[in-house]
Amino acid sequence: MTLEINGRKVEAQHGDTVLGAARRAGIRIPTLCHYEGLPPSGACRMCVVEVEGQRGLVPSCAFPAAAGLKVQTHSARAVDARRTLVELLLANHPDDCLYCARNNECQLQDLAAQLGVRRRHYFGGRTPARMDVASPSIVRDPAKCILCGKCVRVCEEVQAVGAIDFIGRGSKTRIGPAFDEGLNVSSCINCGQCVAVCPVGALIETRAIDEVRAALADPKQIVVVQHAPSVSVSLAEEFGLKPGTDVDGPFVTALRRLGFAWVFDTAFTADLTIMEEASELAHRLAHGGVLPMMTSCSPGWVKFVEQFYPDLLPNLSTCKSPQQMLGAVVKTFLAGRIGVDPDRIFSVAIMPCTAKKFEAGRPEMGRDGRQDIDAVLTTREAAELIRMYGLDLAALPPDAADTPFGERTSAGKLFGASGGVAEAALRTAHYLLTGHTPDDLKIQALRGLDGIKEYRATVAGTEIGVAAASGLGNARKILEQIRAGRKDLQFIEVMSCAGGCVAGGGQPRSASPDAVRARMHALYVIDRDAAVRASHENPGVQRLYAEFLEKPLSHKSHELLHTRYERRAPVM
Amino acid sequence: MIAPDIEPIVARYHAGRRDALIPLLQEVQTSCGYLSREAVVRIGQHLRLPASKVYGVATFYNQFRFQPLGRYHVQVCRGTACHVKKSQQTLTALQRTLNIKPGQTSRDGLFSLEVVACLGACGLAPLVAVNGEFHAGATPDVVNRLVRNIRKEAKVK
Repeated sequence: MTLEINGRKVEAQHGDTVLGAARRAGIRIPTLCHYEGLPPSGACRMCVVEVEGQRGLVPSCAFPAAAGLKVQTHSARAVDARRTLVELLLANHPDDCLYCARNNECQLQDLAAQLGVRRRHYFGGRTPARMDVASPSIVRDPAKCILCGKCVRVCEEVQAVGAIDFIGRGSKTRIGPAFDEGLNVSSCINCGQCVAVCPVGALIETRAIDEVRAALADPKQIVVVQHAPSVSVSLAEEFGLKPGTDVDGPFVTALRRLGFAWVFDTAFTADLTIMEEASELAHRLAHGGVLPMMTSCSPGWVKFVEQFYPDLLPNLSTCKSPQQMLGAVVKTFLAGRIGVDPDRIFSVAIMPCTAKKFEAGRPEMGRDGRQDIDAVLTTREAAELIRMYGLDLAALPPDAADTPFGERTSAGKLFGASGGVAEAALRTAHYLLTGHTPDDLKIQALRGLDGIKEYRATVAGTEIGVAAASGLGNARKILEQIRAGRKDLQFIEVMSCAGGCVAGGGQPRSASPDAVRARMHALYVIDRDAAVRASHENPGVQRLYAEFLEKPLSHKSHELLHTRYERRAPVM
Repeated sequence: MIAPDIEPIVARYHAGRRDALIPLLQEVQTSCGYLSREAVVRIGQHLRLPASKVYGVATFYNQFRFQPLGRYHVQVCRGTACHVKKSQQTLTALQRTLNIKPGQTSRDGLFSLEVVACLGACGLAPLVAVNGEFHAGATPDVVNRLVRNIRKEAKVK
């Protein structure tokens, strides 16, 4: 069907909204609350347009496109309405843009500029608000909240967690966890998707930059850093490079110039995770262990199971995540190797994730009263740190990560995309069960942005049902099937965030579906072009076993690389 | 005080039925006088709703309170007639002398405060009810005296 937008003919399909049709035609209507893929909420009213025959302005995000519709998106009336809305939002907003973590990347700020808001027309009291700094991962500042509700929706409708909701009514409305308490005592799983969708600075990560800088400035400390598989393919966007550019080499250089004594690649311990996890799977298959086995590298997911599916805790792999495995071997093996007291080592992890901050603080993630990971930076914080030191990533020469934990295979790198852990695990499981690595390593069925991907693998005559879910709403669907008695799955990979770590809560905020796809594609290209593509072929991992860990699932491995879980009440 | 058991009430509602939320909240409040944290979490479990959602819905309505009632439950009418007769000043006076906000209960458990839309006796405005007993012409002076008397009485008991 055809409608008319701003005097131009625009094609639309049944089910389209005016906003959707306009966007495809290259007409930009601003919104603050629109969430692609979820039903419209119409909360912010920023997308109002004039439709001929309609008395008032209508929200284009919720107005169905129809044949013959005549729409004006930027009439004087529509633009004035938008400007008034922004002015009203600003009237109840703290004037501290210069101190705000979202300065220069704030949608409210952009709109104020775009709409030419230059004068204050509304004065009045501001709603009193208290900051919530209790969570190890996320800081909430309700004073900056514009009540668009995107955080509430992503938490409930995408992640199926529902840690926060609208509280109260009218001018006293606010967003927060049950009982107006801190996120730390809520059922928040720390995934940070709310941080990723927040258009303003009301939700940001708990910052660790200052701790890291203090450690770097302390000559007594040996500061070690690791970076996660998905960071090198997303960091580029923070420096104006094209989404999907792999900046692994320059990134390592930048980290060295910042003063990190050792730069390691988390993909190394992703390979190590695969050795342990594939061995655990093979063991469970052979000895009638609890199946399906579920991955445990996504800390938001782990807390999700602990809270909502404690009956399925035995299904979780006991493997720690790659971050924690690297943390553990740094403060044991590396400390011994270089002959320093582990207390002098300050271990930093650069992650696409806010939940990793929570994971690093879990009491079981360390030994002798010492945590294995001392600070976690998100991709965004890492970019901020690099900029703070005047380094331009685009102009830096490449460098390689340090031994002993710098070598990685592309299997470890695949951890950054949903389905990648399953793909990597199958490569090694195949080797463990048959003694040889399969010729065709790529499993197309486990790639891409679908929320649930399934694949049936045949390994050594045994059929293994594999599922990869990303986004916890999708994971919940599979868990409900398992509870209902589904038996054909043996291995389930779950990533908390839709698409996997490439779309993590700590990633650059430019995360449009296209950017996420580009980041994912970059990982697939790395895998396609790599010489070593299976974790068990990683010479560094083989050496670590030979010199220190003995073999997968050994006593030493269990002590350092495996963990346990606890049942948690959904709201404490 | 040990909260009354809400299990028999909860059991009367189908598990997982979201539309039962408000009636269930009302019935629990009628029975307990307020919605405790435990009750909010329990109701959420039963209806398969996050506690944040139950709390969000309950805070939307003025009728729900989250602190137990005091021995003297003070209702201040803020309807139109009472408003014209300066019930805002009465409310401010009560908040000051009781040191609580509407919806709260004093620490000694003696008083709780609630704002209501209309008590239906507009001729007596401004109107305050204590444990259901109406006090007509409740100006700040009147309510301050009232509170003083109740405190004295409570001490004797």
